[in-house]
Amino acid sequence: MNLPKDLLYSEEHEWVKKEDNKVRIGITDFAQDELGDIVFVELPEVGEEIELDEPFGSVESVKTVSELYAPISGKVVEVNEELEDSPEFVNESPYEKAWMIVVEPSNNDEMDDLLSSDKYEEFIKED
Amino acid sequence: MSDLKRTPLFPEYEKHGAKTIDFGGWDLPVQFSSIKEEHEVTRTTAGLFDVSHMGEIEVKGPKSLEFLQRMVTNDVSKLVPNKAQYTFMCYEDGGTVDDFLIYMIEDSHYLLVVNAANTEKDYEWLVKNNGYNDDEISIENTSAFYVQLALQGPKAELVLQSITDFDLSEIKFFRFEKEVYFHGITTPALVSRTGYTGEDGFEIYIKKEHGRDLWKLILQAGEKEGVRPIGLGARDTLRFEANLALYGQELSKDISPVEAGLTFAIKPNKEADFIGKEVLKDQIQNGAERKLVGIEMIDKGIPRHGYEVLVEDRSIGFITSGTQSPTLNKNIGLALVEKDYTEEGTELTVQVRKRKLKAKIIKTPFYKRVK
Repeated sequence: MNLPKDLLYSEEHEWVKKEDNKVRIGITDFAQDELGDIVFVELPEVGEEIELDEPFGSVESVKTVSELYAPISGKVVEVNEELEDSPEFVNESPYEKAWMIVVEPSNNDEMDDLLSSDKYEEFIKED
Repeated sequence: MSDLKRTPLFPEYEKHGAKTIDFGGWDLPVQFSSIKEEHEVTRTTAGLFDVSHMGEIEVKGPKSLEFLQRMVTNDVSKLVPNKAQYTFMCYEDGGTVDDFLIYMIEDSHYLLVVNAANTEKDYEWLVKNNGYNDDEISIENTSAFYVQLALQGPKAELVLQSITDFDLSEIKFFRFEKEVYFHGITTPALVSRTGYTGEDGFEIYIKKEHGRDLWKLILQAGEKEGVRPIGLGARDTLRFEANLALYGQELSKDISPVEAGLTFAIKPNKEADFIGKEVLKDQIQNGAERKLVGIEMIDKGIPRHGYEVLVEDRSIGFITSGTQSPTLNKNIGLALVEKDYTEEGTELTVQVRKRKLKAKIIKTPFYKRVK
């Protein structure tokens, strides 16, 4: 299980990477492994507001649809358009090629509730 | 959950990296490596499936034929020993109790191989409708005694032939052989040329004590060819592409086999009256109100079981099964829709969660193997 130390994690299996005053968001290695072959990714558009714990998109495996839950509130400023044609990036490279959106957080306090890699690892072991 | 049922093959799953799920009360592998890979292996080489969860019900006695002719839609009198037949059991209103295979073992002895989740219901329905004496008919649920394996794919015969002296080419489509011995296994197996993938292949029934040995023997024999264990995920995408119905989706107590387009296994002109005959005959002659069609998404999105299908904002039906087809790499589905909207090329709207997406009706089956 690959869980980079420099990322933060949500209990809904998203990772969050701080980049100056923005954050980059994707799903974890654990999540992609659980979901299996990803064949479709639906993401919001640039300019949309996303809200903590609310769905902001979905990923579909051959078998099922899973909602993506926002780990943080804010405005979407960038979307990974490549995932439209290459959803398999989510399986191959969940932390690099398969970043999903970049967000300008509207409430930085929400960051404090995210988990460190150690805490997230503990969390998925208990689950 | 610890109360899930397990097949005798359960200890083997882990060795191949299986992820298991609760499938109608059974702890079964949904995938071993990846659904797409397993799908591909089955289409190009051969895949081994543990389908021991399937139910077996045996009907015996001098009145077996008479009884089954009343219970099922196909013409059981057409069976001869060592031949199998696909059929439905229906309710009076034409809704489906189950779809299954009947194997004629010998005169007055039939084996019904039914959907796992329907086994109890089917058994009870048969017993309830059995008006014969004990010496005329016996109905027994023998599911627990067998392991059922399926080896499916273009290399299935080659691989299976390498572990038996019985000439498998003698077993034609929908035929079977009761006593096939596999090398090193002391009990014979029943082998039929049937399956649920759209590929050539076999289904194999053996006493459960020998199931693990046979599983290992087949995987070992197929190693060079690349035979691998296949989970339920790929089983579903394989059967879906080949337009093979799944009970609970294309068929249910609310969906008749005529609506599902499976008229070939209904014989309203056979002599015996069977349960549901009147309604089914009427649907065949005059057309049912709804019909199952294939659809392909025009807009980007994947149709899924239960999604609504609309025309001009009016609901005209729903998706019974849908996925991204691994073979065709297209987003396709089966939809049960009003009869006025079934022509090939018709444009429809599918409600994909919050979005309304365009789709069109296409031909089925989506996949047909080259023979």
